[in-house]
This record gives sequence, C-alpha cells and structure tokens, in this order.
Amino acid sequence: MSGHSTYEPKSGLERWLDSRLPLLRFAHDTVVTFPTPKNLNYWWTFGGILSLMLGLQIVTGIILAMHYVPHVDYAFNSVQRIMRDVNYGWLIRNLHSNGASMFFLAAYIHMFRNLYYGSFKAPREVLWILGCVIYLLMIGTAFFGYVLPWGQMSFHGAVVITNLLGAFPVVGHAITTWLWGGFAVDDPTLNRFFSLHYLLPFMIAGVVGLHVWALHVPGNNNPTGVNVTSPQDTVAFHPYYTVKDGFAISVFLIMYAVFVFYLPDALGDAANYVQANPLVTPAHIVPEWYLLPFYAILRAVPDKLMGVLLMFGAIATLFVLPWLDTSKVRSMRYRPTARLYFFIFAFTCIVLGFCGAHAPDDLVIPGVSGPQFLDANLNSFVWLSRISALFYFVYFWVVTPLLGLFETPLPVPETISSPVLSHPASAPAGAVASPEKRG
Amino acid sequence: MADTVVGANPDPHASGSSLEGEDPNRRDFIHIAAGVAAVGLVGGLAWPFIDQMNPAGDTLALASIEFDLSKVVEGQQVVVKWRGKPLFVRFRTAKEIGAAIKDNHADLRDPATDESRHKPGKAQYLILVGTCTHLGCVPTFGGGDYGGWFCPCHGSVYDTSGRIRKGPAPKNLEVPDYAFLSDTKVKVG
Repeated sequence: MSGHSTYEPKSGLERWLDSRLPLLRFAHDTVVTFPTPKNLNYWWTFGGILSLMLGLQIVTGIILAMHYVPHVDYAFNSVQRIMRDVNYGWLIRNLHSNGASMFFLAAYIHMFRNLYYGSFKAPREVLWILGCVIYLLMIGTAFFGYVLPWGQMSFHGAVVITNLLGAFPVVGHAITTWLWGGFAVDDPTLNRFFSLHYLLPFMIAGVVGLHVWALHVPGNNNPTGVNVTSPQDTVAFHPYYTVKDGFAISVFLIMYAVFVFYLPDALGDAANYVQANPLVTPAHIVPEWYLLPFYAILRAVPDKLMGVLLMFGAIATLFVLPWLDTSKVRSMRYRPTARLYFFIFAFTCIVLGFCGAHAPDDLVIPGVSGPQFLDANLNSFVWLSRISALFYFVYFWVVTPLLGLFETPLPVPETISSPVLSHPASAPAGAVASPEKRG
Repeated sequence: MADTVVGANPDPHASGSSLEGEDPNRRDFIHIAAGVAAVGLVGGLAWPFIDQMNPAGDTLALASIEFDLSKVVEGQQVVVKWRGKPLFVRFRTAKEIGAAIKDNHADLRDPATDESRHKPGKAQYLILVGTCTHLGCVPTFGGGDYGGWFCPCHGSVYDTSGRIRKGPAPKNLEVPDYAFLSDTKVKVG
C-alpha cells in the first residue's frame, strides 16, 4: 500500500494472476512484508483480536439466524430451542452472546491504548474517526442484538433506548412511532431490529476495511510515539507480528472460553430469561456492562433532553479528540502529567460503569447517610455519576487542550531504535542489533 | 516450512550451544505443534458449526407418530404426514392382495415378495412412504396399468404392493419402520 511492492510472483500462474488481479501482491504487501515498528508491545495486539472477534460474531450470528424466529410470539421460545434442542446450539449462542462482551472488552482496551500512546494524532485522524464510526456501529449492533431474545431486559431496554429519541422537541414523538412501526415496541420493531442486527456487522466489516487501509498509509504508531525514520526501525509483519498477535489471540481465546464454558450467563442479566411482558417492567433495569458508563451519564442529569444530549455528546466528543489535543508529543511515556490524568480518566470510566449498574438512589458507601445536596443524597450514586460525568467531559474539553500548552514533557527519543539500543538492560551480550535483517 | 530453517538457522544461539544440531528439530516441533493446535481448534469449532444444521432434538422427538388403523375402511387409503412427507396407509381388498401375490415372481425391477412388504397376518394393511423413488413426487392411487399408484411427474407405475413396475423410478415405494402396538394401532418411525 505504501512504498513499493517487494512481491515477486514465483510461478507462471501467480504471474498470470498478478497482471490481471494483483490479489496475492496485495496480501503479500499488507500481511507479510508490511514494515511494522519493531517496538510494538502487547497493547498493539488487540486489532488482530478484534478482527477475529468480528469474524466469529458474524459466523455464529449467521448460524443463529438459521434457527431464530423474529416474531414476538416465537422469538423467546426459539432462543430456548437453540439452547436446548439445536445441535450445539448452546455453544453457538454462548459464543455469540459472550463474544459481544469480549468484542467490547477488546475494543475498549484498543481505544485506551490509542489514548495513552496518542495514536489518534496527525497523521492518523481519519484512522481514529473510522474507529469511532466502528464503535458507534458496534453499539447499535449490540443494542439490536440484545433485543432479539425477547426477554424482559430485551423488551424494556428497547423501550427505554427508543424513548431516548422521543426527548427531541417537536419531532421526538414522530421519530419513536416511525422507529417502532406502531405505538409501542412490538412485532414490527422486533422484525426491523433483527434485519438491522444482521446488516450492521457487514457495515462494520466494510469500515474495518477502510480502517486497515487508513492504518497502512501512515503505518502503525508505536509506544514511543516517534515516527519511523529508517528501515532499522521496522520489522516485517510476518513472522514477527503474526506470531505475537497469534500468541495474544490464544491467551484472549482462553479467557473467552472460560466465560463460554464456565460462566456463560455471568455477564448477562437473569431477568432476560423471563419472556418479555409489556405490562410489567423489571424492578431494576440496566443495559449490558459495556454500555453502563453512558447509561450513568444519561441518568446523572435531571432533564430528559439534556441527559440524552450529554450521553450522545460523550461519544461525539471522541470524534473531535484529534483537534482537542494540543500536545506535540504523542506517547504519554514522555508526558508524566498527562499520564496521571489519563489514569484518573480510565478510573472515572470504570466508576461510571459502577454508577450505571446501581440504582441512582443507592448509597455509594453503605450505612453512611450523607448530607442532602440539592435534589439528592451526596453519598448516592446519582452524585457520584454527576462528578464522574463532569470529569469525563473536563478531561477531553479542558485537561487535554490545556495540558498540551502548559505541561513540560520528558525528552523524546529521536528515533524508535535509540531508546531500545541505549537502554543497558535491553542489549544483552550477543544480541543481534538489527533483528529486522533476520529470517 | 521446515526446509526454510534447516541449514539456514539465523539464530546465533543455535550454533555453539550445548544443543547444537538439535535446534532445527525443536523448531520443527514448535511449527508442527502450533499447526496441529490451530487445526484442532478450527476443526473443533467447525463440527458444531456444521452439525447445528442436522435435525434438532425437538425435530427428532416428533419423528415418530402413532396411527389408529380402525379409521381406515376396506378399499380406502388414508394419507398422514410423517417426517414432513406423506404416508400412505392402505386397507387393501382381497383382490388387490391376490394381484400382489400373483406377481411375486414376475419380472420385477426391485424384487420383493408381497409378504415382505406388510406385517405377518396383516396383509390388508399396506403402509408406505408416499414419495416416488424417482425424484420425490407423490404418486396418485388408481393410475397406471397395475392397479396401484401412478406418479404424475415422470410416469412411474407401482403395483398394489407398491412395487415399481414401469417408468424411471429405481426402487419400490419405501416401507417405513413400524410396529403394531395393538391390533389396530401402529407406531411409525
């Protein structure tokens, strides 16, 4: 893609194909000889893990669609039939439902890695925005998918989320009616959600193609955040990163398998094993874990429209991040102050997740009844959500722009190779100085 | 795979170490072990992904039916649905049974005696899978030259025992597995 191709067709057939459709040349240049910074750590293996998870979700999803019935009278029972009667249906459904969680887990690690090492900065803004588009599509897909089993959480989750759009003045009501295909979440809603749940993963796959394309133009960022300056800074993607990614994928799959085989329902909600009943809402309604932080932001605001706008704003903020960060230094390895705020931010996201999982009026520290402040107890999750949500936005809109202007970063190495080679521990006697020339 | 390492091992530790000469073998082992693990994983997942299309537990549970023969009168054929296909339950007349026995040793494409096609002492009840052995159409009773069934699709003709007599079908109409639960009740499948 970038640079000239080193592919040499070995047989007559390969030469014939190469002059008509250079497919093998493309594969060779993108996954075999692609020059990759030699210092990528294991945080860089999640792109490969995510590709695998997307493929697995599509395959298991196509299989589940062979057995699933998108009709309010049959949907719940068809899922039970998959679990009980379809050969290996339990395995395929557990792979799919837990696969969604693993997909989001990997995506979040991928995104936090990006924030820490400043990968979103020039010239990788488009790469980052495409990633944000994928994330939005993932949220949509996960939401539509969660509705399909037609349990109590499915149904009332769908009711709550579709009603969010009703918050918009004037057109809100028309939007929800249009979305439902009726006066409430019902059979037409289930049918269209099934259709969209089948469509979106293929759109994700398309955007992933663009994402990888946008990656291969500037090439990978790396833990130092310093640009690649010479061939000595890189190694071939194969075998160095195919093997490294392969190892990381294996470890990730072991964790995934533990959930699939031993804790298949640990990440789900028991209420979803009760068939949807439009007449009764479960006592405590929560989304899946990966959407809890946004749910907490939604509930932190005592105004319907503002809550919805802030929740969407939390994601919209990500899109403009490349222009909010004013620092010239990419990697937080050399930005100790930014690093501190980054870890506070990561912790805040986890706190928001906890807030989303609890009822707003629950006490954060049990047994301590804090003082009443404005409309709620100061020791309640609603106030913790507010403080955390505030920091979420402050981090992006205040801390990130100002830090770049006022902090003093540590000295940044001139090249990728210099910190590696100058570090006494990393140059044992007898080690080859230029491993890219091996193999 | 292996031939790329033998003789061209770039690992500086490979030569001069106490394990000299064994290194290519160890590398081969890792290559093969990794390959086998990958193939095992893919294969282990592939089978569930394929087997899920086979009949599910509830489909198999509905694969047998019971039928009360007292509902059929002499000379009548009742068609019931079994495993998604028609099942012919025919109360044969003495004339039809006679014709079937008479042709036991005729020039048959798929030789079978009439006795082998019904339960002992129950010659009047003929139970057949009602799909033509040619390409699966449903033959109609009363057509053809042999007093039995005629397939409208490609003209196969079956006699009063359901044996193929004419046309492109290769086999007699299939007799399903069934058993008499009582004098008038059968379980098919």
